[in-house]
Amino acid sequence: MNSRYLPLVITAFVLALLLGAGGFFFTNFISFRVIINLFGDNAFVGVTAVGMTFVIISGGIDLSVASVIAFTTIFIAQTVNNGMHPLVSMALVLILGLLFGAIQGWFISYFNLPPFLVTLAGMFFARGVGFIINDISVAIKHPFYSETIRGLAIPVAQVGRAVVRIPFTAQCLIFFILGGTLLAAYSRFGRNVYAIGSNETSARLMGVPVDQIKIWVYALSGFCATAAGCVVTFYMQSGNSSSFVGLEMDAIAAAVIGGTLLTGGVGWVAGTLMGVLILGSIQSLITFQGSLNNWWAKIFIGTLLFLFISVQQLLNRRLKGR
Amino acid sequence: MENDTFLELKGITKAFPGVLALDKVSFSAKRGEVHALCGENGAGKSTLIKVLTGVYPGDGGKIGLDGQTIVPTSPRNAETKGISTVYQEVNLIPHLTVAENICLGREDRLAGVIRWRRVWKRAAAAIKRLDLKFDINLDAQLSDCSIAIQQMVAIARALDIDAKLLILDEPTSSLDDAEAEELFRIMRTLREQGMGIVFVTHFLDQVYRVSDHITVLRNGELVGEFTAVELPRLELVSKMVGKNVEEVKKLEKRVTFTSVSGRKTVVSARRLGRKGAINPIDFTLNEGEVVGLAGLLGSGRSETANLLFGVDPADSGELEIDGRRIRPDSPARAMRYGFGMLTEDRKFSGIVPNLSVRENIILAMQAKLGPWRKIPSRRANEIADQFIKALDIKTPSREQQIKNLSGGNQQKVIIARWLAVHPRLLILDEPTRGIDVGAKAEIEGLIQKLREEGMSLLLISSELEEVVRNSSRVIVLRDRTKITELSGDNLTERSILEVIASQAKDDATKETLKCE
Repeated sequence: MNSRYLPLVITAFVLALLLGAGGFFFTNFISFRVIINLFGDNAFVGVTAVGMTFVIISGGIDLSVASVIAFTTIFIAQTVNNGMHPLVSMALVLILGLLFGAIQGWFISYFNLPPFLVTLAGMFFARGVGFIINDISVAIKHPFYSETIRGLAIPVAQVGRAVVRIPFTAQCLIFFILGGTLLAAYSRFGRNVYAIGSNETSARLMGVPVDQIKIWVYALSGFCATAAGCVVTFYMQSGNSSSFVGLEMDAIAAAVIGGTLLTGGVGWVAGTLMGVLILGSIQSLITFQGSLNNWWAKIFIGTLLFLFISVQQLLNRRLKGR
Repeated sequence: MENDTFLELKGITKAFPGVLALDKVSFSAKRGEVHALCGENGAGKSTLIKVLTGVYPGDGGKIGLDGQTIVPTSPRNAETKGISTVYQEVNLIPHLTVAENICLGREDRLAGVIRWRRVWKRAAAAIKRLDLKFDINLDAQLSDCSIAIQQMVAIARALDIDAKLLILDEPTSSLDDAEAEELFRIMRTLREQGMGIVFVTHFLDQVYRVSDHITVLRNGELVGEFTAVELPRLELVSKMVGKNVEEVKKLEKRVTFTSVSGRKTVVSARRLGRKGAINPIDFTLNEGEVVGLAGLLGSGRSETANLLFGVDPADSGELEIDGRRIRPDSPARAMRYGFGMLTEDRKFSGIVPNLSVRENIILAMQAKLGPWRKIPSRRANEIADQFIKALDIKTPSREQQIKNLSGGNQQKVIIARWLAVHPRLLILDEPTRGIDVGAKAEIEGLIQKLREEGMSLLLISSELEEVVRNSSRVIVLRDRTKITELSGDNLTERSILEVIASQAKDDATKETLKCE
């Protein structure tokens, strides 16, 4: 096996270990329902993390995503309650997200600014705009939300009398993961993103349109974040401009645990999915255990993240040492 | 094969603020020919290549390709016109595979989806054209490949884009001899296939090994274009350094030193070497003696210094100080053995610009003491004042930030830094580079004073005059190998140049290959 995929294998192993431990200690942990919920409940993190994966592979970072999600939810809530159809509202906000990301990308590439700073500014900006729209939690009242979305859930199994369905949120996650994988592994855009993250100077000399690609990478991340915002409204049925503070770090953590190198050039969308599922199953394990404080999840995630980056560094060093 | 000229550069001019990097330089390349571009550092080789490949816009002149005038605007643009460049530090993507690197940006697609199998086939075809004796694994990550393989991959990439002109910019700098030989074989193969090759190098042997034509640049000006077989080595060297052969022959040594025999050996090296930096080398350095290291750029001068000072530790051979075996594997350890080194790049690795003269002077002392033992400020002041006076460092006060001093005075501060720790051996890498004539004389005077006091010094300078003037013995390097050692009456600029230019026949080079 190519040793390049070792981080991915380790991630898969850890995920299996977590699920196995869950199944061993708690009956019903490895059930269809729990697994599907794992996908559904973490869909918005996953969708955000897909965009983040591209950004990190390109050697950048996007801190604005959580604010963009919050902005999206309040934007949809406010416009829908004022009579706009949810689909129109979502289409509009997706375009806004794309543009917002593209503008950040433009600043990053043409002024050669550090992505950290540009997206930090973007983070404050988007959060602020959200609060301008409305500073309280707004419930979304529309039949599209209360009926149509629920109807989109795909029934997959019958357990006793209850029907297990794959919720639309989980479907969104799967769609983004597949799309992201295709984009990363089978498109020139994807190859160029890897090239830029691995060595920007070389990429430029090899004819990669570095500036355009960077703009598209941040546009993609903005788009994914707004899409994640839409997914959030599907199960929250509300918008809140103060929600999800710090979620960008979860997305970064998911990508890193999934084997994406923060220094760029290496990463897999499939790994990111596993990263998201690892974060989610730690949360589920804590919930199942019942007596542990919820903050223990953070402690586990912190420890895990630390282990992963250490292992990655060791692997890197070994590869370089040859 | 008809030798039709298809690349023609005429009157290329390029100015940077304060420097005229290229002054009306002309250059041409023919199909099926290797054309070497020679010149010392700063001659304008790289600038010419960068203008040709669209990295810099030219300020004047014309570039003609196949009879048409072209204006390359970017490397990408030059590539589409058939000009492909392989740089010394290979410009490929380390984390992608060999095949991905060969086809990056030109992958076969069907409805936007990359057809990896076809990409792999094309990469394999490109590699095959190199006619290698071994296989290159297309699935290997590029960073896992040796520099030599990476260069071959870069050439394969050029073949895949169907380049008509291949520019190799110092391709052999980080290759060992066997690898370089393989590269030459590839160059000859491609030449037979009708490719035009521009070969930029400062290794004279290599120029003669593969080139048909030689163009020499000096100080941004064209010295001339020659047929390789009609240009003797000595003449090439004299054209590169800007002295005609008669002049070179007239040069005589100016200072004679008292005999150095019978002096105590301080440092001795036996077969000391490091792969890719310097081939195993023997030498001894004595008390009260200045030994020079001479050679063209890239001949291994600074590499030898870095080896001694543990910057890039040796991977073979033995080193002794006062008869005791040592292994300097870091500058800190080298300092404990009593070594000091004045680095080549004063601004980058010499001074700490924002610290004061005093702090810069006591830096090596402090480093030797370790971070926890502070030098009492009274003592630090004393030391600083003492050296400012002794070396006549011109500074308003010892608390002045060193960046505000002139180059010569900065250099004196760094020498003071080393003198403060009383080194047995002081390595001086280009001690007078970039400082004015007066300060130069002072530094040279200081070198002789230290010699008289019994210190052992190793002097590296690209100015042969300076090496000859100050050293009692000179080790001559060429292509990372010690060629000979000159002393006494044999030590003249002319003799050094002759040695550098002499044909390498029974070189130690071949032996070292087998050692690896």
